[in-house]
Amino acid sequence: MAPIFRWGFMGLVLTMIYIPILVLVVNSFNASKYGIKWGGFTFKWYEKFWNNDGLMTAALNSLTVSIVAASVATVIGTLAAVALHRYQFKGKALLSSMVFVSMLTPEIVMAISLLIVFMALGIKLGFVSLVIGHITFCLPFVIVAVYSRLKGFDMKMLEAARDLGASESSIFWKIILPLALPAVAAGWLLSFTLSLDDVIVSAFVTGPGYEILPLKVYSMVRVGVSPEVNAISTILLVVSLVLVVISQLLLREDK
Amino acid sequence: MNEPRALLNLNNLSKTYGSNRVLDNFNLTIFDGEFFTLLGPSGCGKTTVLRMIAGLEDTDTGNIQLDGQDIGQVPAEKRPINTVFQSYALFPHMTVFDNVAFGLRMSGVAKEEIAPRVTEALEMVRLGDFAQRKPAQLSGGQQQRVAIARAVVNRPKLLLLDESLSALDYKLRQQMQIELKRLQRKLGITFVYVTHDQEEALSMSDRVVVMNKGKVQQLGSPREIYEQPANLFVAKFIGEINQLDGEIVEIDGNHEYEVKVEGLKWRLHAEHNFKVGDKVNVLLRPEDVRVEYIDDPHPDQYLVGTVVERNYKGKTLDSLIRLPSGIEVIASEFFDEDDPSFDYSLNQKVAIKWVPGWEVVLPYEV
Repeated sequence: MAPIFRWGFMGLVLTMIYIPILVLVVNSFNASKYGIKWGGFTFKWYEKFWNNDGLMTAALNSLTVSIVAASVATVIGTLAAVALHRYQFKGKALLSSMVFVSMLTPEIVMAISLLIVFMALGIKLGFVSLVIGHITFCLPFVIVAVYSRLKGFDMKMLEAARDLGASESSIFWKIILPLALPAVAAGWLLSFTLSLDDVIVSAFVTGPGYEILPLKVYSMVRVGVSPEVNAISTILLVVSLVLVVISQLLLREDK
Repeated sequence: MNEPRALLNLNNLSKTYGSNRVLDNFNLTIFDGEFFTLLGPSGCGKTTVLRMIAGLEDTDTGNIQLDGQDIGQVPAEKRPINTVFQSYALFPHMTVFDNVAFGLRMSGVAKEEIAPRVTEALEMVRLGDFAQRKPAQLSGGQQQRVAIARAVVNRPKLLLLDESLSALDYKLRQQMQIELKRLQRKLGITFVYVTHDQEEALSMSDRVVVMNKGKVQQLGSPREIYEQPANLFVAKFIGEINQLDGEIVEIDGNHEYEVKVEGLKWRLHAEHNFKVGDKVNVLLRPEDVRVEYIDDPHPDQYLVGTVVERNYKGKTLDSLIRLPSGIEVIASEFFDEDDPSFDYSLNQKVAIKWVPGWEVVLPYEV
């Protein structure tokens, strides 16, 4: 009795979560334009996407922004986490709680405040403003990921390294970074995903000259769901899955 | 042994954290090649001294000299001193080999020299076959030995060990004590060991300093510290001790006194100078107390006590005996060939005495 319930419940939950995604993926290969009935297998929506210059440009823009933003956020975030963990300084407690506060800030608030800052500084809305905006909301996630990993280690190790003759830079490259690497990688992947599908901040801080995929898709959907969108979403899904698998492999390497 | 040569001098070290004075004008000389132990309860400042020697802690005042050179301004990574940490602090992402090689690589030892030296160090701690393991795959005792190998491979002038055995279970700790001692003799490196475990300190050290509240209480060989404690703190901290109250009634000259203890007059020896009427503590180790059946003939004077507890310990019979004054004395008696099966029943009256001269007489302290 109990196992039936358990499996039944699990099955129900998984169905709830995955049915919409499954329908989307199946429809991306559905020759029929309206996804109500199966009209045969096809790649034509992918071809249409591939041949749609506007969409492809937006996709490439999205990738560029996400890679740049995730990378910069990872470097700054990792260094910040190391500093927070390693050194004692005035205002440290305040700084670390402010990291959490910024994670909880509603995105719309962050979007508006970024826009105000860019206007005040006279930064033209486009690639640069978009990247800065994305770095801003990715940063706390990297800091938290790296910091919590560092906290899990016996930091007598750093003293031991010093005691054995390691300079500050050797300690960073030989001890801290290798230990934090899985969290650094996870921070990058998380930032990349957050950046790739961000709509709210992007809608505020990008300009008309620089279109990115989520916003483009959003404007397309307003006119009606085209099967091309299914194809794009499927590609995004596959990209995320691959990234998750990579991050899991990275984490396993550590053991 | 030759005249000992001073390797390390600590002069007037002080340290205050907030309002807490952890070290108070601390002076110490450590000789080349000795096994030296800093012993004291937690919070007595012993670990602070160790960290100052390592360079991991700044001194408020005073200086530290190694081989006559002031090393106060030399950072930890440049001192020819290595530490075995309490938690071992092995690098979890490196193999045992890389852990041990770390110090050599940092100091730029030639590549072809590293492998043989690491192998030698690992074989010394009998971990030759474990070089390619990760620390997580080793037992606590093995990790401990890696930590030791990682430190000694650098051939430091001084090896510091911070409560390094306290995480091990009793059996393993005993074994490691012997191993450490053997290693120290073999290497000839000066070991400075920090512990709160008096048994460990006595069994391993050439000399021990007993510390309390940032101050030296007594410095001496394990035997001196155990048999001639300088004050009540040392007496109580090092092993169990019975404390009787006494009063000087007569001075016989040359440190011999007539002392009234438990209503009887005893002729006792004391290192301190007392005058008539001074109150004193008469201290007796449990194994120095003699307990006899009251019906046996007693040529010397004795105290009469009542057995209130008896504990069979295998090697010894430990009895708790209440004296007429209400003070309870612990006696620890070995079974010997004369009377291999002696025992007491509760509430039995017994005669108590001790070997004259084995007591310690100190000025009265509460």
